[in-house]
Amino acid sequence: MSISTQSKSSSPVKNSLTSGQRPKWLVPAVMVAAVVVGAALSALIGFGIATWAIFSAVIFLIAAPIAVTTIEGSRKGSDAALTYVVYAAFILAIIPLISVIWTVLVRGVPTISIDFLTTTMGGITGTVDQAAANAGDRPPGGALQAILGTVAITFWATLFSVPIGLLTAIYLVEYSNDNWLGKVITFLVDVMTGVPSIVAGLFASALFGLMLGPNTRMGIIGAVALTVLMIPTVVKATEEMLKIVPNELREASYALGVRKWRTILKVVIPTSISGIASGVTLAIARVIGETAPLLVTVGYFERVNLNVFNDWMATLPTFIYQQLMRPVAPTAPDPSTDRAWGAALILIVFVMVLNLIARLIAKAFAPKTGR
Amino acid sequence: MSKRIDVENLNVYYGDFLAVEDVNINIESRSVTAFIGPSGCGKSTFLRTLNRMHEVIPGAYAKGKVMLDGEDLYGKGVDPVTVRSMVGMVFQRPNPFPTMSIRDNVLAGVKLNNKKISRSDADALVESSLKGANLWNEVKDRLDKPGSGLSGGQQQRLCIARTMAVKPDVVLMDEPCSALDPISTIAIEDLIHELKEQFTVVIVTHNMQQAQRVADKTAFFNIEGTGKPGKLVEYDDTATIFQNPSQKATEDYVSGRFG
Repeated sequence: MSISTQSKSSSPVKNSLTSGQRPKWLVPAVMVAAVVVGAALSALIGFGIATWAIFSAVIFLIAAPIAVTTIEGSRKGSDAALTYVVYAAFILAIIPLISVIWTVLVRGVPTISIDFLTTTMGGITGTVDQAAANAGDRPPGGALQAILGTVAITFWATLFSVPIGLLTAIYLVEYSNDNWLGKVITFLVDVMTGVPSIVAGLFASALFGLMLGPNTRMGIIGAVALTVLMIPTVVKATEEMLKIVPNELREASYALGVRKWRTILKVVIPTSISGIASGVTLAIARVIGETAPLLVTVGYFERVNLNVFNDWMATLPTFIYQQLMRPVAPTAPDPSTDRAWGAALILIVFVMVLNLIARLIAKAFAPKTGR
Repeated sequence: MSKRIDVENLNVYYGDFLAVEDVNINIESRSVTAFIGPSGCGKSTFLRTLNRMHEVIPGAYAKGKVMLDGEDLYGKGVDPVTVRSMVGMVFQRPNPFPTMSIRDNVLAGVKLNNKKISRSDADALVESSLKGANLWNEVKDRLDKPGSGLSGGQQQRLCIARTMAVKPDVVLMDEPCSALDPISTIAIEDLIHELKEQFTVVIVTHNMQQAQRVADKTAFFNIEGTGKPGKLVEYDDTATIFQNPSQKATEDYVSGRFG
């Protein structure tokens, strides 16, 4: 009873715990003011969206913490200042990303059609392009050979690098005990992470040049170059995943009389497979857009060639490079440029799909929970 | 099956460091033996030498004899993997395999070794092991659910069932109740009493009441100071150790005047 009477009488009384707080409208109001003042300042030097945004942001980042400080004190003030700086940094970081995706979408989507995905550049000459450019048509030709080439070469690179990388990581985590060989491998893997991709291309080109004669170009050489780039990523990702498998699980398995290699195969790897699979997928996404090593090892081809052991091939990155640097019709480069953007969009979609697959794999393989 | 353990002049090392010095102990079959002593005195280390789990740690090894019914575990040419299937171990923290169901956890010792087992034999083994671990009634309706969904005490009993399914001669327990609440602890202690009928049980514990409740014999380990090796100070019937120990150090420790 006393509680109910108290709550009735206390409702109009101000809660001392909430005194001295800034009103809810303060920060939004400062933001509006910053945008208005920013517009005015920007207008003084010739109005522009960029200067407007910069002026508004700077004014807000200075004014908002000051306003908070005057009401709530310096501790809350510095908290507000850091919070807004973090938000600003986040927005700065995301702008280029969104801008890239937006540009590729805007310029790539008009080019994408069933034709673009199912035809090659075979038979597309300067005259055809010129005619299409004059008529304002959709650019003729397509990127089928490049899509298939990218898939084929990436497939072979994955086939080479995953077993090597996986087994290397297993050696490092399960067998090396930090011996000198383990340390040397770790060091070399770290060095390999930093190898410029063109160097990997030169290496593969020179290796096969020694075996098959100079200037040999075929898909498998490109796959080897990409393998060199992929292995360190796969090793690092797998190593991290194996390391976080609790030692208790290994001991539990040993204590049941299970041999080490079976423990690794049936306990350690299943426990970490989700992380390994997503790490591998991200490694694929990392090399799928490599251009330089493929230019020097695989070259470029206008028609479909699925045989990675013979002759030149097209890939999406080299397709983009070719269309931009050597337009089919030098006097009318627009169709070529459009095709480059279309291929760029396909490449980005590839990478995004791979990232999504990585997440799905991680989810599907994750240790089950539930009762 | 159950076997006795006789340890002669066992020295346990981590690299150059002598962790446990000169242990001699005779453990009867179908009995419960408790190891007590302060932290760092080497009782867990010593326990792990009884199924050669100690040498899993890089640089760790043991010298001396551990006889299982007269057969030396550290003899030439003895495969530690064979030893571990004869001497099972339950760990301090429950560690069911997170990728496996309750059923598969019990069958882990069989399945991980790729032994062929018929469906009906597997079902029988799962049921008898879980019944032996007093867990059957709680999980019989959800054998295909993951083992990690059980409570801590249930997980620990699942780990005991997993150990029993391998049909060892000896079960080692390294502080099996230290991560559990009192109710689960009593469940495990009751289980230890039953395990004694089939296995030789050796348990490391920090809980002296627990040692008195479950153990037939108790061994007190002690250490003289940091950097010095741990030693077996006294080994006798549990009642003697707690009421009438022959060593001053034991009396100080069990009566709480340690240090």
